Amino acid sequence: MRLRRGAATSPAPSEASTKPTTAATSTDATVSDEQAREQDMAAGTDTTDGTPSLVKQRDSSPSGDRPDAFLSVRDLQVHFSTEDGVVKAVDGLTFDVEKGRTLGIVGESGSGKSVSSLTILGLHNRERTRIEGEIRFDGHELVKMPERKLRDLRGRRISMIFQDPLTALSPFYTVGEQIAESYRRHTGANRHDAHARAIEMLDRVGIPNPKTRVNDYPHHFSGGMRQRAMIAMSLVCDPDLLIADEPTTALDVTVQAQILDLLRDLQDEFGTAILFITHDLGVIASMAHDVLVMYAGRSVEKGTVREVLKNPRHPYTWGLLSSMPNLSGDVDIPLRPVRGTPPSLLAPPSGCPFHPRCDYVDTVGGDRCSTERPPLALVDGRGAACHLSAEDKQRIFIDDVRPLLG
Amino acid sequence: MLRFLVRRLIGVVAILLVVSGITFYLFFAASGADDVVRLSCGRNCTPEMREVVRQNLGLDKSLIEQFWIFISGIFTGRTIGDKACDAPCLGYSFANNENVFDKLADRFPVTLSLAIGAILLCTTIGIGMGVLAALKRGKTTDKVTTGVALLSGSAPIYVLGPLFIYVFVQQLGWLDRPTDPPSFFGDPGGWASALLLPWICLMTIHMAMYCRLTRSTMVDVLSEDYVRTLKAKGLSGRSVYLKHAFRGALSPIVTVLGVDIGVLMSGTIITESTFSLHGIGMLAVTSVVDSDLPMMMGVVMVAATFTMLANLAVDMAYAAIDPRVRLS
Repeated sequence: MRLRRGAATSPAPSEASTKPTTAATSTDATVSDEQAREQDMAAGTDTTDGTPSLVKQRDSSPSGDRPDAFLSVRDLQVHFSTEDGVVKAVDGLTFDVEKGRTLGIVGESGSGKSVSSLTILGLHNRERTRIEGEIRFDGHELVKMPERKLRDLRGRRISMIFQDPLTALSPFYTVGEQIAESYRRHTGANRHDAHARAIEMLDRVGIPNPKTRVNDYPHHFSGGMRQRAMIAMSLVCDPDLLIADEPTTALDVTVQAQILDLLRDLQDEFGTAILFITHDLGVIASMAHDVLVMYAGRSVEKGTVREVLKNPRHPYTWGLLSSMPNLSGDVDIPLRPVRGTPPSLLAPPSGCPFHPRCDYVDTVGGDRCSTERPPLALVDGRGAACHLSAEDKQRIFIDDVRPLLG
Repeated sequence: MLRFLVRRLIGVVAILLVVSGITFYLFFAASGADDVVRLSCGRNCTPEMREVVRQNLGLDKSLIEQFWIFISGIFTGRTIGDKACDAPCLGYSFANNENVFDKLADRFPVTLSLAIGAILLCTTIGIGMGVLAALKRGKTTDKVTTGVALLSGSAPIYVLGPLFIYVFVQQLGWLDRPTDPPSFFGDPGGWASALLLPWICLMTIHMAMYCRLTRSTMVDVLSEDYVRTLKAKGLSGRSVYLKHAFRGALSPIVTVLGVDIGVLMSGTIITESTFSLHGIGMLAVTSVVDSDLPMMMGVVMVAATFTMLANLAVDMAYAAIDPRVRLS
């Protein structure tokens, strides 16, 4: 299965409707990344930044260098006009997602994760939202795309799994009708074929007795089954990009594991690119290839999942990691949450948006943190937006942070 | 579904029995008997004659017996004094020498016609305006629509009715003066033109509620998560709004509609009086003025029956609209 995934990971952004079959390029590199990732997660061993350079080159890229990326977001700004002023929900976000890869976006509530994903689908009220920057999806520019054309992409080539499957499914129509509706909209299939397709999709996502369950309403389904139905609905047209907005947050852990397995298998099968939004670092560890940490509408750290989780370079990422309990670690190690509260996006802090909550402002010295916004300087797709010098980051991480991670 | 219907129908009958019992008690026991005797006996009535009448009408019997006679008369018919009253017998109006049921049956088409036209007009226009306002929320269309609804809903019918008659009938001559309509089946055009003005009046007043209710529930539904999902599926605006969101907004609208149907079917007293239409509402007024107790009793029974049936229809509609209600 792992090998299969390596194969499906190959970059094939050519014809979108055709599914990538096999391509041998850089399979080895991906597999080694996979294996290393698994080992890290399983054994909890600590490897510092030792990934092969080949992997890094594939993983992500310095911003602006890869206009051919399957999904490429450049300097995205999403501002909402409200009665209280302009909310800068996303402020200069840049990332890429390749086919067959999963980019995990992590951050606190209100860090702009969901807003960015909704922006890709163009689901914001255009009158109250100012969107700037560029979102390129397989050669199409989405930000300025007219609603009518965007509608043809939604659900067919880009689809979304929402957080709460109870409220995200319409209570008035059967699960089958809702799956079939999407299929009929995009393929023009007749009622009978769409119904058959709905049964097939329910079967594929592992719902028992799909022929009878297809006629059930969402309230007849359990939470996990509803999320499966939601996934079936989003995959019914074989999309090329799947945006999963906290798909497992409302589910218990066993169901969560099943859903994640399902998503991984589907990605192996179809080479779908996945944008996985969550605040759960454990889920990121098992799901993502690359990670983007967001804070106050900006990306503060980026890299492969191993780089970010094993050798994080931003104080906010340190905070996220040390606030997560470690089941195999020492119970006496206290959890250390990130102090303070997330900033108001109406008036984000000057300079580095994290500086009011950061413990290392003095290490940087002067008033740099409060006046100068640190850029996300990427080297081989790896970087953190922080004024601390590379030596300081390494030292602080090894001395202060790593002991807390258990 | 059938079991549900049967159970509810039994409930309807039980409640009707209770309603009739209470009215019967109030009218006949608390005040009525002497009046009935006086009215049936005429002016020159001796105490002996009164006693004969009293016995003829069964008013010397106990209250329970009288009620039983009344109820069984509905199903089997009975003889009141020297008047034969076939089933369904709701009593006999001595004040006007009329069979209560026949009188109600005679008056009911007017009320029914008035109700059907008014409901059709005010739901289509009111709900339509509400949907429009919800879709154009915050824009000029929304403000104009809600403004019109507020204005139209605030005028009482006894002001609006004469005003409309003055403007549309007397000054402009666009509409006919309202009259009791001819049969719809014989003369549909005449039927409609006879009632057009009252329909428009009722529509003007009632649509405001439908408009505002539709707007607010639609706005609520449009902010639901599942509407976002529908958009994310790439559905067109029309499908999202009319197929999905409107269905979500329908339950509260149907609730209000049920109440309105019940009220309109049991006779709109003020509307019928304003336009001199001889429907159930007008009958209620005259029977009260004449102290015509059997007739009042009949009107109350009609009103209660239609209110109950309308509520039953609403409950059935809930189940049709929202599958979550369809639980065993």
